[in-house]
Amino acid sequence: MQYLEGNYDVVVVGAGHAGCEAALASARLGLETLVFAISLDSIAMMPCNPNIGGTSKGHLVREIDALGGEMGKNIDKTYIQTRMLNKGKGPAVHSLRAQADKYRYSLEMRKVMENTPHLRLRQAEVTEIVQQDGKVLGVGTASGAFYGAKAVVVATGTYLKAKCIFGDVSVESGPNGLQAAKHLTGSLLGAGIELFRFKTGTPARVDRRSVDFTRMEEQRGDEKVVPFSFLNRPEDIRREQISCWLTYTNAQTHRVIRENLDRSPLYSGVIEGTGPRYCPSIEDKVVRFHDKERHQVFLEPEGEDTNELYVQGMSSSLPEDVQIAMLRTLPGMEQVQIMRNGYAIEYDCINPLQLKHTLEFKEISGLFSAGQFNGSSGYEEAAAQGLVAGANAGLKVLGRPPLLVDRSEGYVGVLIDDLVTKGTNEPYRMMTSRAEYRLLLRQDNADIRLTPKAYEAGLVSKERYAGLQRKMEQIGAEIRRLRKTMVGPSDQVQELLAAHGSTPLRSGISLEELLKRPELDYGKLAPIDGERAPLGEDVVEQVEIQVKFSGYIDRQQNQVAQYRKLEKRLLPEDLEYEKIKSLRIEAVQKLEKIRPVSIGQASRISGVSPADISVLLVYLEQHKRTGEVWKK
Amino acid sequence: MLYDTIAAISTAMAPAGIGIVRVSGEDSIPLVSGIFRPKGKKPLSAAGSHTLQYGHVVDPMSGRIIDEVLVSVMKGPNSFTAENVVEINSHGGILVLRKVLELVLGQGARLAEPGEFTKRAFLNGRIELSQAEAIMDVINAKTERALQLSVRQLEGRLGEKTARFKDILLSLIAHIEASIDYPEYDIEELAVETVMDRLEALKGDMQALVETFDQGRMLKEGINTAIVGKPNVGKSSLLNALLQEQRAIVTEIPGTTRDTLEEVVNIQGIPLRLVDTAGIRDTEDHVERIGIERSLGALQKADLVLFMVDGSRPLEEGDRAIVERIKDKKVIVLLNKMDLEVKASQKELRELLTDHPVVPVSAKNREGIGLLEHHIKEMFFHGEIENTEEQEVLLSNVRHKNAVVQAVGSLDHVMEAIRAGMPEDCWSIDLKNAYERIGEITGESIKEDLMGQIFSQFCLGK
Repeated sequence: MQYLEGNYDVVVVGAGHAGCEAALASARLGLETLVFAISLDSIAMMPCNPNIGGTSKGHLVREIDALGGEMGKNIDKTYIQTRMLNKGKGPAVHSLRAQADKYRYSLEMRKVMENTPHLRLRQAEVTEIVQQDGKVLGVGTASGAFYGAKAVVVATGTYLKAKCIFGDVSVESGPNGLQAAKHLTGSLLGAGIELFRFKTGTPARVDRRSVDFTRMEEQRGDEKVVPFSFLNRPEDIRREQISCWLTYTNAQTHRVIRENLDRSPLYSGVIEGTGPRYCPSIEDKVVRFHDKERHQVFLEPEGEDTNELYVQGMSSSLPEDVQIAMLRTLPGMEQVQIMRNGYAIEYDCINPLQLKHTLEFKEISGLFSAGQFNGSSGYEEAAAQGLVAGANAGLKVLGRPPLLVDRSEGYVGVLIDDLVTKGTNEPYRMMTSRAEYRLLLRQDNADIRLTPKAYEAGLVSKERYAGLQRKMEQIGAEIRRLRKTMVGPSDQVQELLAAHGSTPLRSGISLEELLKRPELDYGKLAPIDGERAPLGEDVVEQVEIQVKFSGYIDRQQNQVAQYRKLEKRLLPEDLEYEKIKSLRIEAVQKLEKIRPVSIGQASRISGVSPADISVLLVYLEQHKRTGEVWKK
Repeated sequence: MLYDTIAAISTAMAPAGIGIVRVSGEDSIPLVSGIFRPKGKKPLSAAGSHTLQYGHVVDPMSGRIIDEVLVSVMKGPNSFTAENVVEINSHGGILVLRKVLELVLGQGARLAEPGEFTKRAFLNGRIELSQAEAIMDVINAKTERALQLSVRQLEGRLGEKTARFKDILLSLIAHIEASIDYPEYDIEELAVETVMDRLEALKGDMQALVETFDQGRMLKEGINTAIVGKPNVGKSSLLNALLQEQRAIVTEIPGTTRDTLEEVVNIQGIPLRLVDTAGIRDTEDHVERIGIERSLGALQKADLVLFMVDGSRPLEEGDRAIVERIKDKKVIVLLNKMDLEVKASQKELRELLTDHPVVPVSAKNREGIGLLEHHIKEMFFHGEIENTEEQEVLLSNVRHKNAVVQAVGSLDHVMEAIRAGMPEDCWSIDLKNAYERIGEITGESIKEDLMGQIFSQFCLGK
């Protein structure tokens, strides 16, 4: 017998990285929100790598923060090492990454969740999404309770019908031995939702005491700490950092792997899910890149209070004895003791083409989804979607316009647009090369790009928004001042230029032009810039980047202007593509399935050609002129 | 793109005396200004709507005057497409028209898709609703056809070349992108010198390809012209005379036999494929017979025949035999050796070949060549002779060339960025642009290729 336990505005299924951000966003909009976890001890758990950020993922975390999310603040509280990657390259690809104390990360997130008004946590397995006539009504649990909801966000991660596999051992459990969610799949299929089966994997964890670090290279954190959250200052979060360690595989490792390939479930065909190209197991790497003499292996602490080390680079589903044998071939790991085995995990997820950009299902009003359930991979990708799904679930309940981020505004936008427009046949990982306007989507300006949007949606405070406006005014004013301030070829100027190996002046030049020279920076120009007022480091950084890269930035902004024009040409929701004779059959099929919202989105669908787009435009114009009313 | 500026030759290619390059879009006026030098002081940007400006089209790179033109400016919405439209009226023939189009493209216009002016006119409300269906049908049909032609061309050496360009670009981009997305992996650093060397080499190859486009186009579009006559009437001297005049645009075609020598010349904007045939006569000589058969073959294919007679000697049976073979062709009769005493009967010639012009020349002294050229031009512009190739083939050629030219431009940007000390992620912006341009030829985009390349070229991932 099912009983009614309660009614909520928004119910979130799952309390991983997606579920947490979704629940927090909804609750912060003032909506009564309930979040389910299979275990309340696994909130914001990091079942794989113990770090947050990295290339493009660091961008996502900054964007989550700019949108009022929690991930950035939480990692700032719980990091044990931090580095800015790609410092030798351009500012667009500078990428922040922190090693997390994964236990404290989970604990701190749980604290925030438990103390957020309007938010309630509940341990239970959700077995049913209740919906009627294409509208969500609530969820049912294994214990027989029904929870009414105006909107539901599904964020089940890798738990749906999860199966962990290594060697010939196959366990029907979620990550880290947690209980799998076995029943929800049936309910989703019953609702007509198309599912995929994906695969990912994780390496073994080993005991720090069994490792000889003297035979490895130390990887230290940066002296200069850069917080993930725009609300934190470096001095607020400074701490003693903990090192990671680098070692390498060798011929012996590869031999052990090769000799045991027949025992791998991947090669014997036990695993049927699609694994990601960018997250290959060590056996994959050895087979596919058989010429490569060695592969890097990083040992990363899983936390401050544990001896467990994550063996990055050695993800594997080989049998336990082979995992031990191959790890013991690594320099410094001859005596190593495994604490947890590596394994591959298979799980159900959806075909994300069924979603709108709001992450709501096209066919089921009020049902949203986020994270690995949507076919993505990674904590950061999950959290970013969670925030968008949760905010949009809340905004829908409130009857307010949705939170939409487009490809020119953020990696969040690229991620979601890729998923809902192109779909994916492997767990989708964010990469900087997926962003076409990369130079504009920098981690340093995420607040400028997104916080105004978040403020409009009600996700960040007025104070925060006002602070951002002040910063933007200062940036603009300083660039204008540099443009107007001229310096001539005085002795002082020429000496300064000579000291930095810069060509001497022949006539007057603005400070802006000087700043564009690669060998000069804002700080170096101080002696010849007397009128300079003291500015915050963040303001100076923006001024410097905007001046130095203005050529590229302008070009990308022009491209964005073109892109936006196409995004604004909206396609009616109920357009019957098969009635447009001149479209090619492949295009009709794709357009029918994806139902793009705009000409721009349609043009990104593979299988829709530029000629098809032309046909669509003509068709739209034809119908606009006949004044035919689209049926609602 | 929906609203960018497009350009194309908007008059039929062959038989018109005047051709028009039409440019439509927001930037059409500044774009044309970049190559137009007005006669008066008033710049094009100051020209009123629906006015004509007189001046010259100038190649901004070389400063060379390309043609004397009339430029009409029609500002939106009162134009055919309801956008700003500029039309360049040129009378210099196909080659000049093409050059003007290329210059406009070089200024940043995009070559119009088939039917695109009409499409825009419709989208902007300038064309009747009843035509919408027809327009939609045409778009895919035309594109399909253009694509098929393009694919056919790409099966050959052009396809191999573009595939190689893409391979090189993709491997460079993948290298840069992999090292950006995986900064901690032991990916070999790209040495600046190596990259520069590779880019220079690639650019050289691309430029060489661009040049072959020009030649290939001449070959494709040229009017097949056979020079026939008995042995030793002066055919080779005529060929040399024509070549002498047009030395700049001559192409030697490899693989031609010593019997039929083929050259391409530009006669006042009209490309001619000249075939100098072996002298035609009855002979028992086996080798010579082979040459003569080839000559007769060339004669068959010819759009225009230049029939040469030795004017210093009376007409012979051999001349009359040739006349029999060329009666149905477009013929210009050349009475050679006008510097000597004329003995051939012009009257008889005119009777044998009625309505065909007879031009006295001296090939050796290059006299009368101007008059010959005049006749060729007249016949061309009156539609009497035209090339028999399909026009779409030519069009896609311009498209291909333009794509490669733009790719070269992107490579220049990359090299500039490298010299200016810009970081790698900036290089890859223009490398990707170069790839996209080459990809346009085959309809492929980097999006689909890059991820695969990164993960097959490098071993990455946790």
